[in-house]
Amino acid sequence: MAGSDPTPQGISAPDTVKILIAGGFGVGKTTMVGSVSEIVPLRTEEPLTTAGLGVDDLDGIPEKKATTVALDFGRISIGQDLVLYLFGTPGQQRFWFMWNDLSIGALGAVVLVDVRRPESSFAAIDFFERRKIPFVIGVNGFHGEHPYDPDDIRESLALPENTPVIPFDARERTSSRDVLIALLDQLIAASAH
Amino acid sequence: MNGGDAAGRLVRPFTLTGGRTRPARGDFTLITMVTAVDPQPSGGTRSQPEQARIVRLCAKPIVVAELASKLDLPVSVVAIMLCDLLEAGRISVRQPRMISRVPDLDLLKKVRDGLGRL
Repeated sequence: MAGSDPTPQGISAPDTVKILIAGGFGVGKTTMVGSVSEIVPLRTEEPLTTAGLGVDDLDGIPEKKATTVALDFGRISIGQDLVLYLFGTPGQQRFWFMWNDLSIGALGAVVLVDVRRPESSFAAIDFFERRKIPFVIGVNGFHGEHPYDPDDIRESLALPENTPVIPFDARERTSSRDVLIALLDQLIAASAH
Repeated sequence: MNGGDAAGRLVRPFTLTGGRTRPARGDFTLITMVTAVDPQPSGGTRSQPEQARIVRLCAKPIVVAELASKLDLPVSVVAIMLCDLLEAGRISVRQPRMISRVPDLDLLKKVRDGLGRL
């Protein structure tokens, strides 16, 4: 690719990879990104164009709310030459056209589930299943509590047996990190086959 | 569309791109690493203040998403400005790993080990 390779002398740019943090609105995506990121989560805002929205999608949406979509993301340096970025996907369904772009080149995804309203994450699960993007389920406990068995949650979400379902606390760095590790273990197991 | 301030805030950034809303080439993903060429090529057309700001911000390698966040501009606007800078030979780009779905076991293990050290 033209212009890709020659790096300026003295500075070598690290490689980059990304993981998506998905799930329904208000399920703890930005909290998780913030707890494992080495930087305070950053935000970019994109103007929405009508090209990205079906006309029907605008019905009933106050214009101001439909004018931008915010994207929160964080960073984890993996040594000197590799950086992992975590992108919280926009929760509301009307922003899903962005997910296609976001998911290109992603290693995989973490779908966060709130057991009090699991249905808010169904659409995210469908999205990754259809595109064959590997994912794990992170069950973000309300106040860190986990009253339900992961196997029962997996069954209620109609997921295959080999989909990891990990109870965790998005506010805790090590807990959030462990969910990412579970995703990587899943990816490594799949690619070793 | 009469969103008042909100609309103005959204439209204004595109004046930086001469009204263009799409980059001429698709080189810039959210995690494409951008680095200013040092020294900067001499001559050429005079650059906008925002272009000069981008060049300063990417004196060290930085990804497009972070750049957009620091500039407080939409990624789509920043991508167009980066295209111009790339054409002018003022920046170099490094594409992200794992663009295809082909698994790269070494890369995955490296990320796994790095997370384990956190």
